[in-house]
Amino acid sequence: MHALPIDPAVVDECRALAAQVADRVQGFIGAHTTVSIERTVLRSFGVDGVDGEGVPLVNRCVERYRQSGALNRGIAAIVGLLLRRSPQLSIQEAAEELAFGSSLPEGDALLSALDAERDEIAQILRAPTEQAMAKIDDARAQRIAAWQRLGLGPDRAKPEGDVIRPGGGPPLKYVIVATGNIYDDADQARAAAQVGADVIAVIRSTAQSLIDYVPYGATTEGYGGTWATQENFRIVRRALDEEQEKLGRYLQQTNYSSGLCMPEIAYLGAVERLDMLLNDAMYGILFRDINPKRTLCDQYFSRRVIARAGMIINTGEDNYLTTADAVEKAHTVLASQFINEAFAFRAGLKEEQMGLGHAFEIDKALPDSFVLELSQALLVRQLFPKHPIKWMPATKHKTGDIFWSHRVDGLFDLVGVMTGQTIELLGMMTEAIHTPLLHDRFAAIKGADYVFTAAKSLGKELRFDPDGLVVRRARQVLDDACAMLRKVAQEGLFAAIAAGEFADVKRPEQGGRGLDGVIARHPSYQNPILAVLEGRSA
Amino acid sequence: MTASAKVTQPIRPYGDRKDDGRIQLSFTLPVSASGRAKEAARRLCEQMGLSNIAVSTMEPAGDGFSFFVVYASTGQTVDFAEIIVPEVTAPAWSFKEVNAIIRHHIGRKLVIVGACTGSDAHTVGIDAIMNMKGYAGDKGLEAYPWIDAHNLGAQVDNAALLARSKELSADAILVSQIVTQRDVHRENAKRMIELARRIGLRDVLLVLGGPRIDHKLARELGYDAGFGPGTRPSQVASYILQAILARKGLQPADALASALEHAH
Repeated sequence: MHALPIDPAVVDECRALAAQVADRVQGFIGAHTTVSIERTVLRSFGVDGVDGEGVPLVNRCVERYRQSGALNRGIAAIVGLLLRRSPQLSIQEAAEELAFGSSLPEGDALLSALDAERDEIAQILRAPTEQAMAKIDDARAQRIAAWQRLGLGPDRAKPEGDVIRPGGGPPLKYVIVATGNIYDDADQARAAAQVGADVIAVIRSTAQSLIDYVPYGATTEGYGGTWATQENFRIVRRALDEEQEKLGRYLQQTNYSSGLCMPEIAYLGAVERLDMLLNDAMYGILFRDINPKRTLCDQYFSRRVIARAGMIINTGEDNYLTTADAVEKAHTVLASQFINEAFAFRAGLKEEQMGLGHAFEIDKALPDSFVLELSQALLVRQLFPKHPIKWMPATKHKTGDIFWSHRVDGLFDLVGVMTGQTIELLGMMTEAIHTPLLHDRFAAIKGADYVFTAAKSLGKELRFDPDGLVVRRARQVLDDACAMLRKVAQEGLFAAIAAGEFADVKRPEQGGRGLDGVIARHPSYQNPILAVLEGRSA
Repeated sequence: MTASAKVTQPIRPYGDRKDDGRIQLSFTLPVSASGRAKEAARRLCEQMGLSNIAVSTMEPAGDGFSFFVVYASTGQTVDFAEIIVPEVTAPAWSFKEVNAIIRHHIGRKLVIVGACTGSDAHTVGIDAIMNMKGYAGDKGLEAYPWIDAHNLGAQVDNAALLARSKELSADAILVSQIVTQRDVHRENAKRMIELARRIGLRDVLLVLGGPRIDHKLARELGYDAGFGPGTRPSQVASYILQAILARKGLQPADALASALEHAH
């Protein structure tokens, strides 16, 4: 594609400023842990199951030691201490004992034992940590093997590497299923794949981001979506495993590593062979009112897991434009993409794993709205060349008029293919009416296929007037993003969020849900899982 | 025609000619596309009472699913003359007019509290009405100097919304319901009313909004008014204001006239 003539010095400045922003927060992240990170540590050791009230065992364990004040040493240390005292216990039995038993000392006796026996505990945890990593690595190897064997379709390059990437061709067609019943979801996922979908997202039940535990087992009732559970992940993956053999192309599944259980979902996704995860602290802060400190810590740990698992993150900048104006605030999307990239680098993700998000949300009544959309899509593509950019459809300005809506989606598809977006969440003609019906998805895929085929080589043909609207707009958005990043770098990310700089939504540093689950790490804090994920020895 | 004869106005869908009754529909059947599937689609339409049925499209929409587009005629008519639908009656006051009237006739800020309640996490609607920016160029309630607007956001418990409203002595509560799967929006909206009654919150105006909400549904559920898609903040503000003035026995036109007179 012909490059837009923009000043590379401005781009460099944006990246340098975003790095400053991320570094300031990274200091906080490195000094804290959260209840959800600690629960993930237990899950990765293999702790599973719920009690009679449906509360996960990992929650029982972590909550008990949060209340007693010992969690700042890390739940792993407490598990290790118990295993040292009772070597005959399996990890699962140890977790049950931790949750409900009384064989460990309490209070100061527990704390001094954890500190005094730190090295011996670390030794005991070595084997379970290795097993935990092996589980993540096996799942990744399985995914990559299936992708390399099947490919993503005839119009793609031969699969190579250890991160799934489309290898040319039109955007990946990403559709959502959201019936509330996982078995219906699996059927609809198959039907969508059969007519051409590449990626299936199972939308979560609307309340899930705000509950501080992961529900258990197969579920058949949800609102606005289906609960994300380990078993539900398996059910959809099984359906896709079967279907991809019939279709002769690898099918991808995605879910939501966001909300209060962000790291746990990342882990469950990693071991249940999910390919992508929505993962964006900024989204949780702004749109779900999750405490900024909590979710930025959680994001770091979950991205470490995602990096190891070779999955792709999808970020949620597209959502800013549902509350803020897509023309006036386009630069906030770009600024946030730079910040998200900086955070992702610091969690060990490669560019090929960073599915930065943006959207076709400009008011359709505005003259040249299409030209402005085109400009921004080109700009994002150019600034993040290796990143699997996630292109999101119109939602805000859609109405119940499905015929008009279908036309809007056609223009959206055109921008997607001509600017080489990587992952396209297909617009639904019934947006603003209901979660998609089976034939809404069919119509969207059929329409996208037409546009992707018809405009296959259009992007390569395009040259833009250096003084024209597309270029001027791209420069303006980049300059504005840079100015915003200067401001954010100066005042800090927490202050910028509190001031409503992103999405016109104000979220104070101490506000929102989940702050009581953030714990300062003690000097003898142990988290061997994180240590290995960070490339340090456990 | 006798004096007592009712005026009727029978109508029927208009496609290409008056009263031809032409309609289009689309649906999926859980069988693979085939001649039998197409006949099944036709018969289904026949059983709906349709005639002149033309199945214009049958396409495979996955294994064991076929998608249909059908054109057909209905012989049904409705008498338009006898249809009465309650609609929100409110003056179309502007931003300035609303502020002027509150200032002159109420003399204090109107307190309006809003939220997406229950499990609903979609704030687009409540934000469009309440946030500073507003919707389609119409400023949101937060921008009104004479309105004290509190947008509590998403996934707010009914009880929490009512408690906060009581605390703030709200004049009106805006409830936004977007997710409609399995009629959860109706259920939750209804529970809110029951709870409001139980805790004796009576004077406060209860207003429901959302893409699948209309005034009729809102009234059935026990709300004072309902607003659907495309509603502008000034419409909501005008409705609330005129309802409060009506309790004081003030007519909208008089209220506006005296407020403007006073402002000059």
